[in-house]
Amino acid sequence: MLKDITIGQFFPGDSVLHRQDPRFKLIESIIFIAMLFAAQNFTAIFVATLFAFFAYAVGKIKISLALKGLKPVLPLIIFSGVLNLFFITGGELLWQWQFISIYENGIETAVFMVVRVVALIAGMSLLTYTTSPIMLTDAIENLLAPLKKVKFPVHELAMMMTIALRFIPTLIEETDRIMSAQKARGAQLDTGSLKVRVKALVPVLVPLFVSAFKRASDLALAMECRCYRGGEGRTRLRTLKSAAIDGVCLTVTLVVAAAVIAVGFVPWII
Amino acid sequence: MKIIEATNLSYAYGNYDENGVQTEGSDVLHGIDFAVEKGSFVSILGSNGSGKSTLAKLFNGILVPTNGTVLVDGMDTKDETKLFHIRRKVGMVFQNPDNQIVAAIVEEDVAFAPENLGVPPDEIRVRIDNAMKTAGIYKYRKHAPHQLSGGQKQRVAIAGVIAMEPECIVFDEPTAMLDPKGREEVITTVRRLNREKGITVILITHYMEEAAASDRVAVMANGRIVADGTPSEIFSDVEQMRKLGLDVPQVTALAYQLNQNGWDLAPDILDEQSCAFAIADYIERHSKG
Repeated sequence: MLKDITIGQFFPGDSVLHRQDPRFKLIESIIFIAMLFAAQNFTAIFVATLFAFFAYAVGKIKISLALKGLKPVLPLIIFSGVLNLFFITGGELLWQWQFISIYENGIETAVFMVVRVVALIAGMSLLTYTTSPIMLTDAIENLLAPLKKVKFPVHELAMMMTIALRFIPTLIEETDRIMSAQKARGAQLDTGSLKVRVKALVPVLVPLFVSAFKRASDLALAMECRCYRGGEGRTRLRTLKSAAIDGVCLTVTLVVAAAVIAVGFVPWII
Repeated sequence: MKIIEATNLSYAYGNYDENGVQTEGSDVLHGIDFAVEKGSFVSILGSNGSGKSTLAKLFNGILVPTNGTVLVDGMDTKDETKLFHIRRKVGMVFQNPDNQIVAAIVEEDVAFAPENLGVPPDEIRVRIDNAMKTAGIYKYRKHAPHQLSGGQKQRVAIAGVIAMEPECIVFDEPTAMLDPKGREEVITTVRRLNREKGITVILITHYMEEAAASDRVAVMANGRIVADGTPSEIFSDVEQMRKLGLDVPQVTALAYQLNQNGWDLAPDILDEQSCAFAIADYIERHSKG
């Protein structure tokens, strides 16, 4: 089940999007989110969605991959759709059965919400599909750098992300090992009611946590031995460099965002 | 020239009351005098709980001695202002390779120390490429650590320390968690660092075969150094070693057994080749007579 989740995964490639400066990509993603929330009518959201399709084409990422990534959040999407469908009133009453009633506006809002959420997730997934976690961390550290002035621990945050990313595979491996060890001693991890299964996880989590703390203490020691003393005076192997193409991509994004917002203000467009 | 000089060194892990006075604790090291020459290859042997890992941690100021002093290239490890300089001179490689790797890509991890030292990016590139080539992991530079074997991971950790360009590296049981192949890879790398790069090596181990290749062996027991000499001096005293709960290299043990049965082989045989020659020589002498 864990391996089905494609959100947050990175698919190496050599497209324009892959080669783009991660800082620009991050900003463009944020603009895209803003675009989705600023969209006031169907035409606007259609334009924004079209832009997402366009971005997937540029990044040479298959749409099917994004759809697969939506699977784990499907219940959430359906829930928000259904909620809107039944609880929004206004417009013509289309259907009624006892206390359930569906209005015209309800359908509109439900469709609108679902498209928005799907586009949002697909857009954010595209960022991680085309950006390695390390590049993303670098970009966040770089973009948040001004916050250092107000004592926000930017470097520490980035370092924590780096270490977390480094240890995810190690800890997954370890979880597997512990689960096998407990199964070998008769633990029933995947049968029984939900309550039984949650309880069965305790003997897996306890050793996992103990070992994670041990690892953390070892790692801290090793970092100190390699002269780590925080972000001050630290240089980086890779420095982020932006090229002309980054400007082009950002401009395109901004233009589309402007178009989406403008379309929302035109009264005769639905 | 001495890179590390410890005098009358004692260390106790212990509990302290609110005034910082030690209440109780177990002494781990007692009055150790130990010095390491620049460019040498020293092994420290000892059974579990003999204090060898504690001694290692005192060599670059991770632990500060309870009594006595440790000088690293003339700098006292008690002086906190010097710690940074001490640590860049004396690097350290630990037992578990997984818990020393910071970044999710090999070359990023190797770059960690030079980044901390504030080396300019172009020079970091040169340093890490050299370090990775020395440790023999250059072709894995774009890999994620979890894709590598234990021996490869440990060599990544070694490369990460080499990139700091230390004068001395302390290896705290670097092969304890590795399979025989990984152990071989790591020890070969350690030897090459000493011979080709002139880096002082302090190898803490409980594998006798590894210690046999060093210039000098110190044996620890109950927080004291009980024997200190060349590998042949140390290992030829098989009975003393066994009394300390330590083994000797297999070939030395073989020669010892044969001598117990009336042979007269040299007691300081340390490698397979000289053992084979000694046995062949013995047989030749006796078959003629």
